[in-house]
Amino acid sequence: MKNIESMLLEITNLHARVEEKEILKGLNLSIKPGEVHAIMGPNGSGKSTLSNVIAGREGYEVTEGTVLFDGKNLLDLEPEVRACEGIFLGFQYPVEIPGVSNITLLKAAINARRKHQGEAEIAPNDFLAWVRDRAKLVKIDPKMLSRGVNEGFSGGEKKRNEILQMLVLQPRLMILDETDSGLDIDALKVVSDGINALRGPERATVLVTHYQRLLDYVQPDYVHVLARGRIVKSGGPELAKELEEKGYGWLEAA
Amino acid sequence: MMAANPQTTAEANVRDVTAMVASRKLYSAGFITDIEADKVPPGLSEDVIRLISAKKDEPEWLLNFRLKAYRRWLTMTEPEWAHVDYQKVDYQSISYYSQPKSMKDGPQTLADVDPKLLETYKKLGIPLREQEMLAGVQNVAVDVVFDSVSVGTTFKKKLLEAGVIFCPLSEAVKNHPELVKKYLGSVVPFADNFFAALNTAVFTEGSFVLIPKGVRCPMELSTYFRINERNTGQFERTLIIAEAGSHVSYLEGCTAPQRDENQLHAAVVELVALDDAEIKYSTVQNWYPGDEDGKGGIYNFVTKRGDCRGARSKISWTQVETGSAITWKYPSCILRGDDSVGEFYSVALTNHRQQADTGTKMIHIGKRTKSTIVSKGIAAGRGQQSYRGLVRILDSAEGARNYTQCDSLLIGDQCGAHTFPYTEVRNPTATLEHEATTSKIADDQLFYCRARGIGEEEAVSMIVNGFCKDVFKELPMEFAVEAQKLLAVSLEGAVG
Repeated sequence: MKNIESMLLEITNLHARVEEKEILKGLNLSIKPGEVHAIMGPNGSGKSTLSNVIAGREGYEVTEGTVLFDGKNLLDLEPEVRACEGIFLGFQYPVEIPGVSNITLLKAAINARRKHQGEAEIAPNDFLAWVRDRAKLVKIDPKMLSRGVNEGFSGGEKKRNEILQMLVLQPRLMILDETDSGLDIDALKVVSDGINALRGPERATVLVTHYQRLLDYVQPDYVHVLARGRIVKSGGPELAKELEEKGYGWLEAA
Repeated sequence: MMAANPQTTAEANVRDVTAMVASRKLYSAGFITDIEADKVPPGLSEDVIRLISAKKDEPEWLLNFRLKAYRRWLTMTEPEWAHVDYQKVDYQSISYYSQPKSMKDGPQTLADVDPKLLETYKKLGIPLREQEMLAGVQNVAVDVVFDSVSVGTTFKKKLLEAGVIFCPLSEAVKNHPELVKKYLGSVVPFADNFFAALNTAVFTEGSFVLIPKGVRCPMELSTYFRINERNTGQFERTLIIAEAGSHVSYLEGCTAPQRDENQLHAAVVELVALDDAEIKYSTVQNWYPGDEDGKGGIYNFVTKRGDCRGARSKISWTQVETGSAITWKYPSCILRGDDSVGEFYSVALTNHRQQADTGTKMIHIGKRTKSTIVSKGIAAGRGQQSYRGLVRILDSAEGARNYTQCDSLLIGDQCGAHTFPYTEVRNPTATLEHEATTSKIADDQLFYCRARGIGEEEAVSMIVNGFCKDVFKELPMEFAVEAQKLLAVSLEGAVG
């Protein structure tokens, strides 16, 4: 029996479309604090749509179903409010914002959340110390902090920067949308260390990925297979290995 | 607020104003009476010009200079090449020596002032007393004048010690006639263009600055408080001379709103830099832009030009233009001296129905002259934004260099950005670089910020400030902070 009270994220019968095309067709997913869920599936199965619907991106229309975060109706909230409530989306393709330094973005983000929680702005020295300390974890040179957001960053640097933002903001629910794609093995380790550093009983993680590779470093509690807009199979870490061997064909046919 | 040390100067100003009011009560009463008496009926004629000149007790040569300009102006036509669309000014309906708003018709108390304006200034963090003076409220307008004088006075002693002359132009005409005669109209000739000719005929006040040889001006000079005077005189004239080896940074802040409909503001600014001298001229222009539907607002038709007359001299213009209904403005540099340097850094923002046609002219005459143009145009709402720039390299300008970067940012899909770059190169050794981009604030960028918890308006403001960074870093610190706030305020309601 599910206990709604203890759920961090509770998705029930979610239908969503992009433009006129229905992508999610009755998706159910429940996540408790402390858990790590991996969502795998073939291209076009709806993985990124799910991430974007949770984060509140425009253009993704929910036609049916509910998404509760900590008991609140998430779909009623603006994207920035969702973020302030503790949802973090690690982007598959982080954008560049020329002229806006990483440090400016981080400070605005951290203070937006504090304001939302009725707290005063963070003291500049505490903030800098906190960010520099987190930057070490993902091997980001402090000099990069004063550069424009993702401006001229390599693919790997952009992904590490996403993890840095996550470490700084300490969200309650982390959704990482193909954060592992395009990373070499060293970068993958750094990114995994960052994710693992935040693992704890009070927060949950959703890893959206194509590959088993990331799951060698970040051990999931549950693995789900998303196909044709629904979760067609769920299991433990062993399911990911099975998928690696057999591919998705056997599930899609089912 | 604009001074080198904002905290202490602000306090000093308040003290000074109090002292001034106490000691110059007579003057203040006289001033109000003067305004009543000084009103001339609308219309422009030689008689009106003679009247202005007589009231200012001007020498014969200056009156003749005005009349010469006026006679030429009568033969000129208003320029129509700019990418702006507005109802032409009826020059006979303007009063050329009076307050733009009659004391009786103006807002009597703060409660009568458009709450949107009050809100704007509250957001800008301008204190209430200043807020009152900015809105041109009757009894505080007296304060305004005192405030203006007090700034001059606060610094006068220190400036005098350095040998710097910083005074109203009319005072300079009296005390330093030879200097004014030598330089006035030497950079912007009386018949330079339609609006400059008009200004020459009817200008009422302005600043005069002279930095003597080898002197580094000990503080930034500012016209911030003087803006309220400008409300009465719409045709001000500024003349800055930097003698050999001197240096000055001059700030012009136009945060005064106007409630009048389509008021004309046609100023002329002339800068002269002699050998090795440097003038840095910064402007934050926030004249009343009109309302959301394009009703009201200032026509800002301004001629600003710097003459790098001496070798190795440098003139740098930095402008942040967020106000005015129509902007027609091209701060330019004549690079006459060998190895002289001209710079133009500009941020112009048009929201709602605002239109701006702005840019620069860099005229390379001397050898190895160098110019840099960085223009950032932002259009939101139904705003129209044009960059118009001329880089002219003359035969004599051996080894001249120009770098032009001109970027436009669009917010929404009903605004427009246009670029009109002109180049004329008559010397084959010149090097010119030109870069131009037009971009939209991408939904991706906005969503990225929002997904980090940052609200939409703050995100837009952050992205726009990032876009303008190359220009803001040229501004003195306090100005840069103000410019950022101003952009945020001007952009409110631009998205969503």
